[in-house]
Amino acid sequence: MRILPKTVSAGVYTGFLALLAIAPWIFSVIDEPFYLDLLSRGLILAIAALSLNLILGYGGMVSLGHAAYLGIGAYCVGIPAYYDFYNGWLHLGLTVLVSGLFALVTGAICLRTKGVYFIMITLAFSQMVYFTFVSLEEYGGDDGLVIYLRSEFPTWLSMESPVALYYWIFTVLLITLFFIHRLVHARFGRVIVGSRFNEDRMQSLGYSTYRYRLTCYVISGVICGIAGMLLGNFTSFISPEMMGWTRSGELIFMVVIGGAGTLFGPLVGTAAFVFLEEFLSYITIYWHLIFGLMLIALVLFGKGGIHGWLSAFDRKEKRG
Amino acid sequence: MDWNLLITQVLNGLQLGLLLFLLASGLTLIFGIMDFINLSHGSFYMIGAYFCGTVVSMSGSLLAGIVVGLVCTFAIGAAVEWFIARRLYRSDHLDHVLVTFGLILVFDTLVHMIWGAAGMAIRLPDVLNGQVSLGTLVLPTYRLVIITSGLLVAAILYIMVSKTRLGMLIRAGASNRTMVEALGVNINKLFLIVFAIGATMSGFAGMLIAPITEASIGMGNEIIIIAFVVVIVGGIGSIKGAFYAALIIGLMDTLGRSYLDDVLELSMPTQYAETAAPALSAMLVYILMAVVLAFRPQGLFPPAGSK
Repeated sequence: MRILPKTVSAGVYTGFLALLAIAPWIFSVIDEPFYLDLLSRGLILAIAALSLNLILGYGGMVSLGHAAYLGIGAYCVGIPAYYDFYNGWLHLGLTVLVSGLFALVTGAICLRTKGVYFIMITLAFSQMVYFTFVSLEEYGGDDGLVIYLRSEFPTWLSMESPVALYYWIFTVLLITLFFIHRLVHARFGRVIVGSRFNEDRMQSLGYSTYRYRLTCYVISGVICGIAGMLLGNFTSFISPEMMGWTRSGELIFMVVIGGAGTLFGPLVGTAAFVFLEEFLSYITIYWHLIFGLMLIALVLFGKGGIHGWLSAFDRKEKRG
Repeated sequence: MDWNLLITQVLNGLQLGLLLFLLASGLTLIFGIMDFINLSHGSFYMIGAYFCGTVVSMSGSLLAGIVVGLVCTFAIGAAVEWFIARRLYRSDHLDHVLVTFGLILVFDTLVHMIWGAAGMAIRLPDVLNGQVSLGTLVLPTYRLVIITSGLLVAAILYIMVSKTRLGMLIRAGASNRTMVEALGVNINKLFLIVFAIGATMSGFAGMLIAPITEASIGMGNEIIIIAFVVVIVGGIGSIKGAFYAALIIGLMDTLGRSYLDDVLELSMPTQYAETAAPALSAMLVYILMAVVLAFRPQGLFPPAGSK
């Protein structure tokens, strides 16, 4: 077994994860609890971006409605909590069920189409969820809903303290990374990637690409739903704003700038996004202008994202 | 039943439908001909309203505001096509999404920087500000103006698309772009014109509605998504489809919001109906889209001979 990682990028990523594992300790030493908040939020977004990457990066399905699952997950905590049901397993079960079902039904319709249609339909369905929650006056409508207590798990699993919640998020992130890694290297993932490049060929090889894609779409939706469940617990205040379509756009940005279709790309992309958001909004209230210009520049001039630059190092090393 | 209310609501639905048509007709052509997904189409709606409002507040003339607004949205639309969209027609749809999402952020923030965060009210001339009464029915004059001008633009567009050479090229482009290119048409010029005209119509819709709702940041981002639904239901690339789908969706949305609770009350207790009706009417348009996609994935009126 190799002790040292094989490539520069693998080394960077291993170090990155190790740093994340001890982050709460570092922040308590330097006495900056705000950073733990920021990091928790970043990791939740990273889980969402990882789930989007599964369909967008590996599967080539450009979904512009992924934020809907964040909202669904959050409301699967918020609505039971509104009726004083705080059992965490109930929240988790409900999240998996509802986001899976929503992904199955909308996916079955979306995946019949391609290209421009697919993008617009995923967007339309997420807006449908958005407006549905806006019009549900019982659960706060536009104003949202306050969650007074976090999901309750047995003591050793509790997410009550910020550090405990952080490790919850970190563990889910690790599981997601491992799961996606196994998934894309299994036959299932090969079929998904294969049908992105040449669907006709996959079909003539005997694979029902529609069913593979739909399964992939549902898995992605469920993971993002779980990210939403964590987000609901983290913010303790939920509103339809969480699933606005700009959030879906931001998720795409995170996936693309990190490097779509790579395991760690979304993680790097999310880090870049959270950093930009904090840094730019610190220097100017008009930070969306800079962010927007960066998006345009990214497409017109840059390719491959941050991961692309890192793997350029790898290629150099192989040659050298 | 209150017939006056019904007629008012039908006219409101018609008004929404025609606004949607102004947005969707440009959008459907940009999708259909250039295969370009333009999320920022709603930005022109906002920009048109702000330019118009500024000129109105300086000159006091709504007509001047609209003329300046039309010219400006045409120019900005052409600039976006020239500098950005043009480079991306052959690239991935993902690139279109990212670039036009970036454009929305840029336009929204620029409007915020220039005009401030508060909305901008546009004063109507007194002639248009009154009401027209037909028997017991009293209607705001300006709503009738919106409906008339919407229909007028639709008619002009129809004549342009079905009777002129430019229209012929547009129809040909929507059906089979490669063939049009192969026949030696200057496709770059055609794309530029289509994009700019689309932007202008989107801007015009924004100018029409702004005196009622006032111009505000992000005003285009909400309606543009319903315009996407219109494009999908009508069939990508089809102006006729956009027209019928816009009217159907405008009427369905408006009438759903005002009458769905009465309909639901027939089959369930009042309190449930009052909770369910708003949620269901918010979903109505999207349910229609899902049904159309399930039975006619190419839309209700796809352009002739398209794949």
